[in-house]
Amino acid sequence: MIEAFFNIEIMKAAWPIVLTGLWNTILLSLIVVPLGLLGGLILALLASIKNPLVRWPLMAWVDFFRAFPPLVLLVLLFAGLPFAGLELGGFACVAIAFFLNTGSYYGEIFRAGIDSVPVGQVEAARSTGLTRMQAMRYVVLPQAVRNVMPDLLSNTLEVVKLTSLGSVVAVPELLYEARQAQSITYNPTPIVMAAVIYFLLLWPLVRLLSRLENRALAGRR
Amino acid sequence: MSGWDKFVETFFNAKVMWKYLPDILSGMVVTIELALLIVVTGLGAGLALALLRSLAIRPLNWLIIFVVDLFRSLPPLVIIVLMYFGLPYAGPAPSGFVSTWLSLAFVLMAFSEEIFWAGITSIPKGQWEASRSTGLSFGQTLFNVVLPQAFRLTIPPLTNRTIAITKGTALGTVVAVTEILGQASSAMSNSYNPSPLMMGAAAYIVLFLPVVVAARWIETKFAWKR
Amino acid sequence: MATNHIVDARAIHKHFGTLHVLKGVDLKVDERELVFIIGPSGSGKSTLLRCLNRLEEPSSGSIVVDGIDMLDAKTDINHARRRIGMVFQSFNLYPHMTALGNVTLALRKVAGKGRAEAEALGRVALERVGLADRAEHTPGQLSGGQQQRVAIARSIALEPRVMLFDEPTSALDPELVGSVLEVMRGLRESGMTMIVVSHEMGFARNAADRVVFMDDGLIVEQGPPAAIFENPTHERTRAFIGQIQRH
Repeated sequence: MIEAFFNIEIMKAAWPIVLTGLWNTILLSLIVVPLGLLGGLILALLASIKNPLVRWPLMAWVDFFRAFPPLVLLVLLFAGLPFAGLELGGFACVAIAFFLNTGSYYGEIFRAGIDSVPVGQVEAARSTGLTRMQAMRYVVLPQAVRNVMPDLLSNTLEVVKLTSLGSVVAVPELLYEARQAQSITYNPTPIVMAAVIYFLLLWPLVRLLSRLENRALAGRR
Repeated sequence: MSGWDKFVETFFNAKVMWKYLPDILSGMVVTIELALLIVVTGLGAGLALALLRSLAIRPLNWLIIFVVDLFRSLPPLVIIVLMYFGLPYAGPAPSGFVSTWLSLAFVLMAFSEEIFWAGITSIPKGQWEASRSTGLSFGQTLFNVVLPQAFRLTIPPLTNRTIAITKGTALGTVVAVTEILGQASSAMSNSYNPSPLMMGAAAYIVLFLPVVVAARWIETKFAWKR
Repeated sequence: MATNHIVDARAIHKHFGTLHVLKGVDLKVDERELVFIIGPSGSGKSTLLRCLNRLEEPSSGSIVVDGIDMLDAKTDINHARRRIGMVFQSFNLYPHMTALGNVTLALRKVAGKGRAEAEALGRVALERVGLADRAEHTPGQLSGGQQQRVAIARSIALEPRVMLFDEPTSALDPELVGSVLEVMRGLRESGMTMIVVSHEMGFARNAADRVVFMDDGLIVEQGPPAAIFENPTHERTRAFIGQIQRH
């Protein structure tokens, strides 16, 4: 058992490979999280224009990507687009797929946050002469973000976990490198290493979240 | 041939689509089976853990919290890969279908336990006291007074989470499950044409979009008003 | 333990961590008696009340209610509690059930009545608190005063031998207090044994048989309302009464 899953020799041999994967996962997260946040913010700001002609297509867009498995989106970009003469490479595909998918999730969260700020806040801000954008920027958004902080963090956790999909399109992140190491060594230890690394990396965030979520649900009453 | 015709010919090739339609449909059946299994077992196990946790047995609760944290921290794909490629080294060799089912059920269990538990703890102490003061037992109070209120509170987060995790059935394709994406991918490489992939994408939309729209409706309906 | 009191609590102590909330309280209540407990906040009066039906576990002492030893491990506490009604400051109605559902839950689950019988009894109880026409309303559709009367109906439907009231009117708007006190007065006239923690001094004066003044975890003095309100013997009682009456 130990021999198979926690083989010290193999750990030593696989460590440099797995470490490369870890750095790439961190790097990938640092790119796709801000990208998703940006996409979400754009969607939410557009949705705050209370015009049904804007709001309904946006809702459809968001629901479409919430219904669409991210892996399918990724495969579509990676394996489908070359038939149209567009070869983007794994990394670019991951970035675009995440922008569309996680952007929709972040968008819903930001929208809920903006909706949670009482209208009186905007009225007060506008009454002091702030423009609509200024009211949004200085009064509404800061409160909105604070109100939905647990959801934002929770989605960010999901996004970081989702970067493991990169392994399917040969992006050399943690899971991909671990599987490479596994196929070289004929031993599952590298995958166990990857799992342990994911756990150590994300456990603090999970702990924090479970505290915040408990409080948030209790506060809804 | 104009550019548009060429595009349609490539991505929506009628002949290819017709040929591989049965494959995609059988993939849909597998996806639905997998999804239902995950939902039933995942939510059932999550509720069971939350009820166990309400008994407030210290060491047991630590164990529950650890298991929940573990499955919330690990990417589902990592769990699937570990189960499918790793577990055989220790003896049992679950199929791709079973690996995907169990992995995602564990993940849903973890998330739903958190949500159920938060729902249970959010019910004010006074509800317990009122019920116990009329002679209802702990279990009767839990099932008649606390859980009905907790469920109402947990339905919106629970539906959203369930959808997100059930969509993960597509990950099964990595471990050779013949669900929609798996069927579509192999059809694509057999036909050298992306039309099956477009069909697969459409199949996901057909399956999941109604659920997402329903979830949006549920969210407004169950918004807590007092 | 032979006793001719319906409630017989002796030497009750209660600690919350390092806090000593009840410091040896004795309380005996006769059948059909209305005992009013007053005292400054933090004096332990609510805790005493909650010990009587063991919502709070006393640290030591003995409690016998209607011949049942409440602290005996062999006592079926759920069965005993059915005979001790409790009304809370915050009503604690079940928000997911109608008024009738609130009243019939324990009738069905604890008293083992069938649905039809439980509902018949429930309607009688709602009738007694003047809310027969509100049976199908949920708590959210009722005023605070109506909610508290439903809560009282929830207790009396179980035909309790004693009723405990924990500041039943403190969470109500002033104009709604009267309707709840009216129901309590009706209960008293029907011969219900009642122990009431409340600041409604007017009600205490003309309805109570006995007023108990508690301070700092102890009963300082007790007697008929007239005696306690007009001629308190203890300095602390005098100070408290004076303070109340200035309001």
